[in-house]
Amino acid sequence: MGQRVLLSSKEIHIILHRLACQLLERHLDFSKTVLIGIQPRGTFLAERLTEILQKDYGVKQVKLGLLDITFYRDDFRRGDKTLEANKTKIDFLVEDKKVVFIDDVLYTGRSIRAALTAIQSFGRPDEIELLTLIDRRFSRHLPIQPNYRGRQVDAINGERVKVMWKENDGEDTVYLISE
Amino acid sequence: MSQLSVNHLLGIKYINKQDIDLIFETADHFKEVINRSIKKVPTLRDITIANIFFENSTRTRLSFELAEKRLSADVVNFSAGQSSVKKGETLIDTVNNILSMKVDMVVMRHPNPGAGIFLSKHVNASIINAGDGAHEHPTQALLDSYSIREKLGDVKGKNVVIVGDILHSRVALSNIFALRLQGANVKVCGPKTLIPKYIESLGVGVETNLVKALEWCHVANMLRVQNERMDISYFPSTREYTQQFGINKKLLDSINKDIIIMHPGPINRGVEITSDVADSDQSVILNQVENGVAIRMAVIYLLASKIK
Repeated sequence: MGQRVLLSSKEIHIILHRLACQLLERHLDFSKTVLIGIQPRGTFLAERLTEILQKDYGVKQVKLGLLDITFYRDDFRRGDKTLEANKTKIDFLVEDKKVVFIDDVLYTGRSIRAALTAIQSFGRPDEIELLTLIDRRFSRHLPIQPNYRGRQVDAINGERVKVMWKENDGEDTVYLISE
Repeated sequence: MSQLSVNHLLGIKYINKQDIDLIFETADHFKEVINRSIKKVPTLRDITIANIFFENSTRTRLSFELAEKRLSADVVNFSAGQSSVKKGETLIDTVNNILSMKVDMVVMRHPNPGAGIFLSKHVNASIINAGDGAHEHPTQALLDSYSIREKLGDVKGKNVVIVGDILHSRVALSNIFALRLQGANVKVCGPKTLIPKYIESLGVGVETNLVKALEWCHVANMLRVQNERMDISYFPSTREYTQQFGINKKLLDSINKDIIIMHPGPINRGVEITSDVADSDQSVILNQVENGVAIRMAVIYLLASKIK
């Protein structure tokens, strides 16, 4: 089993600022926009981007929600383990809002499919976009593509992409792990 | 640890502390779901559940049915009153006939203690006991503990008194198991005739003076006198019972602290509890009902995930 660094702390720092700028370019003052971090691993990225937008780019208010997709997944009863849920925290309506889903890795697209269903419980959004730090090309099971991507990666199915965050894992690094 | 240790929920006696913690954590998420404007998730869309009730029920049955529907399961309901049971069909035959219509899970209430356990050994489906005679009513005990946890932060170390007809109460027995498992101190209080002889062997204290019991406790769970299960007279009159073991506003105010009042329903207003207590700020009776749906969603979700 080997692992190599895909993105270092410095590269992540630069990419996060670029992604924040791209969001800013399209959404300006964020008055009609809400960011939704996909639980569990998308929330760190969503919180980081929110912080950058507010502190470094002076956006007054960024609405941030956390969405858990466990009860909307399509693999219930297909594995050995019970799927464990995480907290959902969306204390606003997404009705007529521009929603941006934020997740760390886009792989098969099934999580995003579940998120698209889950978000309907909170209203009818005006539009939905997708932002991911890592986009694993050529491994999609569904016709889903990101609107904003940090880095595109060609990884084969036996390999795993692991995103580490300082606040949770002690370092900002993205690894490519091969079994 | 992320799944239940059991394939059926037959009683609190058969599960452990980790199971209870997992059910509560899962119920937290479902409580958030049922407070959304769209209260439904698609998780159990390929599961069919039969609610089989051989005994009357409003709360439990509605609560289970709502829980099932909010998880998107298909639901069939069955009441013994309008069925072939009246024509002499046995329990196993009845249930196996229902199961051959491809049902995955059975929620059953039955007047005979152990009916759920018996069924779980003979049929191929996940069984949830919704009350079996005077034996157990596990989901009620779970939602009671969940309501205590919600109000007081934790069940551990809390003093809980269960007042009333302990002898005929499945709610009392399940509550005793659940509370002891979570480290609460439990006392029962009621007329001597309605307290089982060896109840102390379950690790609970006995108190026959309601005032003393209330002064001791953080939570008082008031039970209904189950007249339908009594073949002889256990106390002289309802009026005398109310005077000694009924809770009223004056009594509650004379206790020098805010205790939490619970009741599993149905309430006999004016017998075990007066209306001004049942409707007071200290009462969590309606919170219990709301939590019941979340707890049952959690139990059904966790058991359904083990169906292969």
